[in-house]
Amino acid sequence: MASLKDFRVRIASVKSTQRITSAMKMVAAAKLRRAQEEAIAARPYSERMERMLGSLAQSAAASGNAPPLLAGSGKDNIHLLVVMTTDRGLCGGFNGSVTRSARQRILALRADGKEVKILMVGRKGRGILRAEFGSMIIDTLEDTARPAPRFETAVEIAQRVRTMFEAGEIDVCTIIYNKFISALTQEVTPQQLIPFALPEADDADAEDDSSDVAGNAAYEYEPDEKEILTDLLPRNLSVQVFRAMLESFASEQGARMTAMDSATRNAGDMINKLTIQYNRTRQAAITTELIEIISGAEAL
Amino acid sequence: MADNPVQFELVSPEKLLLSDDVEMVVVPGVEGDFGVLPGHAPMISTVRPGVIHVFESGSVKSRIFVAGGFAEVTAERCTVLAEEAVPLDEIDRAGVEKDLQDANEDIRDAGGDAAQLGLAEARAATARAKLASLDNLVYQ
Repeated sequence: MASLKDFRVRIASVKSTQRITSAMKMVAAAKLRRAQEEAIAARPYSERMERMLGSLAQSAAASGNAPPLLAGSGKDNIHLLVVMTTDRGLCGGFNGSVTRSARQRILALRADGKEVKILMVGRKGRGILRAEFGSMIIDTLEDTARPAPRFETAVEIAQRVRTMFEAGEIDVCTIIYNKFISALTQEVTPQQLIPFALPEADDADAEDDSSDVAGNAAYEYEPDEKEILTDLLPRNLSVQVFRAMLESFASEQGARMTAMDSATRNAGDMINKLTIQYNRTRQAAITTELIEIISGAEAL
Repeated sequence: MADNPVQFELVSPEKLLLSDDVEMVVVPGVEGDFGVLPGHAPMISTVRPGVIHVFESGSVKSRIFVAGGFAEVTAERCTVLAEEAVPLDEIDRAGVEKDLQDANEDIRDAGGDAAQLGLAEARAATARAKLASLDNLVYQ
């Protein structure tokens, strides 16, 4: 049986843990608001860029002079996975779900006889994947989102991927990140970056402009399709990476907020339980003492 | 034409900067400035670093510096995806001159690093374009 002092120490320690988790929850909530606004503010750009690319891609494919970033290298042997995880822990199942999805993908690709390379973003994910796939990780980028994701960082990552693609080191590039749905939910989203693939129309919340998409074919290009595409495709790569970073960052804050909220609640439950036990033990001790005194008096 | 405006949108990677119905916009395309009025033929163009002029009732309402990007024009809409956009009257000349100097130093220091050199040259070009836009105001 634990002594009264043990209980007091235990309760004090749980209380201080609770203070930390509730502070972290508050910080995450504040960061989440900003991150969410940023992620949502960045959506119009990538949506419009996709719209432009969509019409360009159609006409380039029709004329048959699509640059490699659009058409691919013609092979499908070496896959690069860019896995977006966090630099810090204590965010629930956030990194676990990304790495789980990455792992399944790697195993599936390997079963198909493809070579896989991994570019890790965030040091938490590396720890999880290193044990199994350590030799495939070509590099880990850390502190990409401190204090917040910046477009320049996205440009650097995109540049790196493009250099590898142009050097023939990779054929296909996919980024895996947590898409922000709400503070409580994230969705692991794999998105193919190279060759460029139009994502399925899933953004029902985007304003409905399907009416003028029909008129795509009539676009004039200045200077010409090919030159615009050679400018636009690398740009799009950076934008998609940036978007993934923003989404992932907002999701991270959401996940941390939820995790810390439940940790705070669990700590509260634990304190209640410990306090009851403490009081019972205290009472038992008092009762024992009383019985001792009374029986001592009766014996006299 | 006034009852049928151009829907002008200026977007940067960070956010939607401007979304407004305007009379006319003049966009600095790579092959020369082009004005967009309602009913423009659909086109997609690359944008060089320069100034976007927004016209309202025959005169310039606002001037916005963009550091390159892309423009998509349709009969009723003009969307500019800008890499960086600042209203011209918010540009601080001293700051830009310092940027230019820094970029030039980086170019000298870059040595053989092609990526570094490219970035620094892009910065220098942007700064020069900013200064040029400040010096030569066109359209009144």
